[in-house]
Amino acid sequence: MDFSFTEEQQEIFDAVDEICADFKTTACEVDESGEYPWDNIKVMAECDLFGVPVPEEWGGMGMGFLEWGVIGEKLSAACTTTGAVYAAHMLCMYPIMAFGNDAQKDKYLRDLASGKKIGAMGLTEPNVGSDAGSVQTRAEKRGDKYILNGTKIFITNGGDAETYVVVANSSPGRGTRGLTAFILEKGMPGFSFGKDEKKMAYNSLSNRELIFEDCEVPEENVLYKEGRGFRVAMDLLDIGRIGMAVGAVGLAQAAYDCAVQYALVREQFGKKISEFQAIQFHLADMATDIECARLLSYQAAWMKDQGLPFGKQAAMAKLYGSEAVSRVCSKAVQIHGGHGYTCEYPVERYMREAKLFEIVEGTSEIQRGVIALALLREAISK
Amino acid sequence: MKIIVSIKQVPDTTEVRINPETGTLMRDGVPSIINPFDENAIEAALQLKEEHGGEVTVITMGPPQADDALRQAIAMGADNALLLCDRAFAGSDTLATGYALAQAVRKIGDFDLIICGKQAFDGDTAQVPPGLAEQLGIPQVTYAIDIKVDGKKVRVKRLLDDRFEVVEAPMPCLITVVKQINEPRHAGLKGVMKARKAEIPWVTAEDIGADLERCGLSGSPTNVMRVFAPSHDHKAEKLEGEVPDVARQLVSRLRDAKVL
Repeated sequence: MDFSFTEEQQEIFDAVDEICADFKTTACEVDESGEYPWDNIKVMAECDLFGVPVPEEWGGMGMGFLEWGVIGEKLSAACTTTGAVYAAHMLCMYPIMAFGNDAQKDKYLRDLASGKKIGAMGLTEPNVGSDAGSVQTRAEKRGDKYILNGTKIFITNGGDAETYVVVANSSPGRGTRGLTAFILEKGMPGFSFGKDEKKMAYNSLSNRELIFEDCEVPEENVLYKEGRGFRVAMDLLDIGRIGMAVGAVGLAQAAYDCAVQYALVREQFGKKISEFQAIQFHLADMATDIECARLLSYQAAWMKDQGLPFGKQAAMAKLYGSEAVSRVCSKAVQIHGGHGYTCEYPVERYMREAKLFEIVEGTSEIQRGVIALALLREAISK
Repeated sequence: MKIIVSIKQVPDTTEVRINPETGTLMRDGVPSIINPFDENAIEAALQLKEEHGGEVTVITMGPPQADDALRQAIAMGADNALLLCDRAFAGSDTLATGYALAQAVRKIGDFDLIICGKQAFDGDTAQVPPGLAEQLGIPQVTYAIDIKVDGKKVRVKRLLDDRFEVVEAPMPCLITVVKQINEPRHAGLKGVMKARKAEIPWVTAEDIGADLERCGLSGSPTNVMRVFAPSHDHKAEKLEGEVPDVARQLVSRLRDAKVL
């Protein structure tokens, strides 16, 4: 067992660290601006960050999900909003990479891998959250087209992305076997965007409604096969959970870094607060939490790269990471005391940003369900 | 167009220390970086290449680890690199460095432009690029903040202390750039991978047909008597209190010191 990065990986990560140093300095402005972080996205595209695990023949780096995950962690630590754009992009890029045919890859995957176009994925609906199999957006086949009607909500990158993977119901009554995934383009007739959600945090991240009103989607834009949309959704969510897990690790690391710096300079009772055991124990718990979350997330990504089943590990990494980041950010605010509650320090924002991880792409409760189901299946098959 | 960028690897400026006994730079354990002005030179060359086509070759003279600086330049987008690496170059002053670089440029052959940073962060002499131009017998334009190539000519806007100056020069010529000319790009991941695999030729004084008498210490008329860190033992005093009081105190101190 080897926990070290190769020289090649380290050089790649060093290059990403240089990029992230810039993103870190503008993170606060990015959040306050309310503007989608196009400046960062342009740099990420120029520096080949988007297509890390995409094969070279489709314009990617031909690396693995571990490299993608570590880069996602670094982006999230520098600018959580940018990290979220990066993770959500993969929810569109991965299913095309995994299930798309060559024509679809040529038309869509190349531009997603290069970052020329940003991707988004639409699954959640007003009445469809954790119960992802009950999608109501209707896809009706007419000749060589499908007609989509319905609404998706909370779609990260929605409106700013050019390419969308959307799951719709093509055979009502058939349950999860009635779902089909489609590739949509911004600008298709009948495809529009609704309101951009105001949120507890991520002021500059777009989370828009996707509205389909008799939206005509050509048959060749069916991803994988009709009736296999649930499979596509479940597979992309497994990857998405790794994305959320590493994002949580990055944010937690950023909060810890602030806390330890603050503890080393803040003086009370005539000494640095880092000299008090109460603070030291907080720091120890935070660092241990982060390390656990990091190892789980890297393990899940590594298993994916090895071709091993990784769904359970991805759910564990997402569950642990998302709860760890909330604990760590809360402690970071606590260590900062009153200053931490003000907007003078980033930790209050981190604490708000952290909560998202326990909810998005499967709540912690859903993750526990996924893990338990996998455990029981393993037990029964023994 | 063919552009040559001459760069220097320097110790990370924030971490330089001087050995008090020998008066030489203590480089052990200090990370090396591309001289920041040279990153602007690389960026300027890459932008010209993007606009006009062609190729960018980066050269440097230095110890084996200077190979890292060249790889970094390739990661940014340079096409080729060449390292002048020979014990015979050790101890070169700016004259000998300019000579060796000129020999290397002659070895490379045809070029349209040589671009350099205005000076190096460690030595700060700003002598090597002009020396290189003189040795090659080509025009030089220093302190460029904008470069426009138009056919066989180049139009350069120079940043001077109190004004801009726009000059035109025929190509081939040498240009040095100031940091305000651009924002150097980050190396992309594909660039990093390309740099890892790049074959960078290392050439010796013999390879570039250099006269050994003009290389290294023997080719360097400069004698460094002493290098030292200026002392910072000036007395500083902090005045505290309400602003009007502090202002009055400050004025009276300045009068006492006969500054006012």
